[in-house]
Amino acid sequence: MSATNALETPTFLVQKLDAYYGSLHALRGVSLSLERRAVTALIGPSGCGKSTFLRSLNRMNDRVEGFRLTGRVSLDGQDIYAPGTDVVHLRKRVGMVFQRPNPFPLSIFDNVAFGPRIHGTSDRGRLRELVEHSLRGAGLWEEVKGRLNASALGLSGGQQQRLCIARTLAVEPEVLLMDEPASALDPASTARVEDLVGELRSRYTIVIVTHNLQQAARVSQHTGFFLSGELVEFGPTDRMFTAPQDKRTEDYITGRFG
Amino acid sequence: MIDWTFLTTKPKAVAAGGGIGPQLFNSFYILLLSLLVSVPVGMGAGIYMAEYARPGHFTEAVRLATEALATVPSIVLGLFGMLLFVNYFRLGFTILGGALTLGLLNLPLLVRVTEEAIRQVPDAYREGALALGATPFQVVTRTVLPAALPGLVTGLTLVAGRALGETAVLIFTAGTSASRHLFDLNPLAGGGTLAVHLWATFSQPVVPDAARIEAGAAAVLLLMVLFFNLAVSLPAQIWYRRRTGKR
Repeated sequence: MSATNALETPTFLVQKLDAYYGSLHALRGVSLSLERRAVTALIGPSGCGKSTFLRSLNRMNDRVEGFRLTGRVSLDGQDIYAPGTDVVHLRKRVGMVFQRPNPFPLSIFDNVAFGPRIHGTSDRGRLRELVEHSLRGAGLWEEVKGRLNASALGLSGGQQQRLCIARTLAVEPEVLLMDEPASALDPASTARVEDLVGELRSRYTIVIVTHNLQQAARVSQHTGFFLSGELVEFGPTDRMFTAPQDKRTEDYITGRFG
Repeated sequence: MIDWTFLTTKPKAVAAGGGIGPQLFNSFYILLLSLLVSVPVGMGAGIYMAEYARPGHFTEAVRLATEALATVPSIVLGLFGMLLFVNYFRLGFTILGGALTLGLLNLPLLVRVTEEAIRQVPDAYREGALALGATPFQVVTRTVLPAALPGLVTGLTLVAGRALGETAVLIFTAGTSASRHLFDLNPLAGGGTLAVHLWATFSQPVVPDAARIEAGAAAVLLLMVLFFNLAVSLPAQIWYRRRTGKR
């Protein structure tokens, strides 16, 4: 794919997505496209389907018993739910950062090197390069460069979350999915993660689920508002927060419910 | 009382001054052989039950069978082992028959302990590894099993302690006599272990120094369980600490 072409096509194109957990209808006819090298925020009250949507993009929901999905989700034109799709390869291209920092009970170095190692990189020098590069990318290098062999579990919550981001970057993904990445962090760490999202935007397509409306306004270029499994409104972030088209969006962002 | 001669010489049939050499060797040899059988099967089943099994008839059947096996009194299992290995396969009282029956005795405990240890591993580790593009197999081998290691080692030491002290199962399958050669690796040799020797000496005190042998054997039994546990758990702990990084 040529560079110009890559810039024109959306990274993800989602068409008429319906998702179910058993009999629970979690997503209803969601269609949207995610722009390349931009941050898309997904907002909405708890249980509105935004996390389900996010986890549909790297097929993390496949793990859930009774999960079903109809519609089409395509990444660079390829239907990721087509039979024969290499889910492992998909997840390598579409990285994910979770709500609670979940570093492995390993050293800082081994956490970041985990991804490259499972994908076959064993050269010590190459790993060291990747680890430094990823930790720098996640804005953590200066804080941990002297103790790469220390346990990752000894880091603060905010550092752990940036370590998890570094761990994801080390696999060199194209898309970053972030599921409320700052909701378990203190305000200072939250600000650091938000700055980081702003820096990563130039290289990655980022989708961030958040409960924090100010955060969505600060970091994203596009915002989608979910309610009861429906995508009520989707558009440029500044318009969403200044002139929402839908009454329900307006009620939500002005704090009348949710 | 416990000196090198006692630990390395053969028992005497009627005279005083016998040792426990072959019995000591048999205890560890039978333990090793039984673990060779029960660890792959038991831990494999535990991993399967915790990581892969979907609720259903098959899973329920495996669980029921495991629990049923766990409740069989060891002496009944010993009789079963005798019918199968000693009589049906005409092996006689052997190290092999004893080790296999002992493996059967330890199987349910191993399955249970492994399953528990693996269920203790936070799901966040699995999700983290999957999200990095790990295959389900890599998730188990690189994330789940290392994180479950302390629990697995506990299970192994529990099983080994029980195996080293077991008598009922072994009396009927490995027998009470040991090979005339010291360190006889032939699995078809007689498999009298230290615990069984202690019982046999106590129930038929033919030798004049039976009391000395009983006391010595009992002390050595305790020490070897301690020794085995340390030999397994210390290296595991060192490996685990090194792997998880300095705190």
